[in-house]
Amino acid sequence: MCAVRGLTKTYPAQRGRRGVPATPEVRATDDVTLDIRRGEIFGLLGPNGAGKSTLVRQLTGLMRPDRGSVEILGHDVVRHPERAARILAYLGQESSALDELTVSLAAETTGRLRGLEVRRARAERDAVLDELGLTALAARPIKKLSGGQRRLACFAAALVGERPLLVLDEPTTGMDPVARRAVWAAVDRRRAERGTTVLLVTHNVIEAETVLDRVAVLDRGRVIACDTPSGLKEKVAGEVRVDLVWRERAPLHVPEVAALRDRVVESGRRWTLRLAPEEARAVVATVTGGAAFAALDDFTLATPSLEDVYLALGGAARQGLVRA
Amino acid sequence: MSTSAAASVPVRATASNDPNEGEQRDVSVVSADVLPGGALAVQEQDAAELGPRARLWPSLVAVYRAQLSRARVARIPLLFVATFQSVGIMILMRGVVDGGGEARAVVAGSAVLVVAFVALNLLAQYFGQLRASGGLDHYATLPVPPAAVVLGAAGAYASFTVPGTVVTAVFGCLLFGLPMTHLWVLAAVIPLAGAALAGLGAALGLLAPRPEFATLLGQLGMSAALLLGVLPAERMPEAVRLVRDLLPSTYGVEAFARTFGESPDWAFVLGDLAVCAGVGVISLAVATWAYRRAAVR
Ligand SMILES: Nc1ncnc2c1ncn2[C@@H]1O[C@H](COP(=O)(O)OP(=O)(O)O)[C@@H](O)[C@H]1O
Ligand SMILES: [Mg+2]
Repeated sequence: MCAVRGLTKTYPAQRGRRGVPATPEVRATDDVTLDIRRGEIFGLLGPNGAGKSTLVRQLTGLMRPDRGSVEILGHDVVRHPERAARILAYLGQESSALDELTVSLAAETTGRLRGLEVRRARAERDAVLDELGLTALAARPIKKLSGGQRRLACFAAALVGERPLLVLDEPTTGMDPVARRAVWAAVDRRRAERGTTVLLVTHNVIEAETVLDRVAVLDRGRVIACDTPSGLKEKVAGEVRVDLVWRERAPLHVPEVAALRDRVVESGRRWTLRLAPEEARAVVATVTGGAAFAALDDFTLATPSLEDVYLALGGAARQGLVRA
Repeated sequence: MSTSAAASVPVRATASNDPNEGEQRDVSVVSADVLPGGALAVQEQDAAELGPRARLWPSLVAVYRAQLSRARVARIPLLFVATFQSVGIMILMRGVVDGGGEARAVVAGSAVLVVAFVALNLLAQYFGQLRASGGLDHYATLPVPPAAVVLGAAGAYASFTVPGTVVTAVFGCLLFGLPMTHLWVLAAVIPLAGAALAGLGAALGLLAPRPEFATLLGQLGMSAALLLGVLPAERMPEAVRLVRDLLPSTYGVEAFARTFGESPDWAFVLGDLAVCAGVGVISLAVATWAYRRAAVR
């Protein structure tokens, strides 16, 4: 369905201006190779700045890669970027083109610009707004909606005028659980009824684990793993994740706690450890009894998530992924 | 595109009705010739049919409608500002000019200034911001001809200027006691000056490396239209008059000003309007090219 080979893109270094520091050159996608199959929900998971958006912008013909090839449904998108618009629907991270339109007009106009004639565009608009529970908001300007509603309205626009491939860049950002469910239900329906393929960008590990068929983990422009979520988690199956949240700071005067220091991932008051099960039990025993307990606010013991996979594979970012 | 199969497999069903579908087949024909064995041709045949392309006119209308609706949300206060500015200038100039030719120039200049404010200045800002914020991606991932996006937006911004321009012209006629006999010429002046200035505004907005530049260039263009269009040309030094001749709004002003005369020389009016039209065609073509360039980075 979609074959990506050796895709490489480097943003040139920028000279500093007043108030804007200089940035070095960034290799945002680095020799990325992927195969997305028809009818699957394929994810790109990675922390902010991993290069996910840059990668999908090359797949959608918005950006020319320095090297490499992209073939979607038999079409060479690097040579013919204009064809991408006739194969896929893209929901970007920005909505400024639609912000000042009403929900209804945004969906209708997008459908018309996808080549639908007026009546068809309106019929599909009504069906999609109804499906996503947006009918009550149809007459409201998008920029007057909450962040999650705005995102949902843009998602609605992306669905008007069927395409065999949906490319969604962090579609659920800011959405409440009801809106998220509406998104996943709409995606599932299209997949079941029409074999629609979905390429989903996310930095949310829970979302990745629950909705994706396969996921490519991206770090600093490189694909560091690509498998089903459960296949990836097997890589760290022997480990347990321990999260310790201290009241103020870690009680480093307790020797057992101090000994853990160089194995933790610290983020504020939170310590995260990946340990063998028996080690984890020992740690929990230490912190729930004795001197450390007074400093402890909360702790959790969990089976590993894709975040642990990311870290185990050498992922560099410590706080880029979210669990929500 | 009304095939019944469209509901189940829209991509296939509609593509065959697409008048622009030739492109894909041309490619396979060429590659079959170039490559004996036609490896590429086979590959092209395997490729899925493409979804329909949006045709120029319907998509232009869709963009125009969408842009026009934005006025309700975002632009109304600015349209008032544009009109007040022009009305204010005429009131100020009343004490300075002594009727006759100068009064005509002031009224025509103030009316066309509304067009410059909205079509040049606001459109340059709009495209500058759209480009900087990544909003062009939305259009670039839809199969819509670049000209439809540029012309639809330019047309809408030119339309925004109609009420302000008419109000300014009528107010000016009353203020300076000019005849309103030929105000109908605004029906030609607004679209043609609008095309020239909106094209210029769109091109500036899309070519400016940063949105601040787009805003700045739009403002400068409007200031130029104000100073060079409203002030009577006879009092300007030679060099400034040359700059005035380079500004497309000047020709809209001249065309309009001529029609206040006893017996307007329509050949000159047409000539001035033709300049506007010519600049409009060129600047809109440049803007379309700039859009294409900005859309794929
Ligand atoms: N237009 C740009 N110019 C220069 N650098 C950029 C640009 N866009 C993104 N980058 C850099 O490229 C890297 C990848 O960015 P991006 O693809 O947006 O990541 P993600 O979507 O995963 O958060 C980041 O380091 C980012 O700072
Ligand atoms: Mg991103």
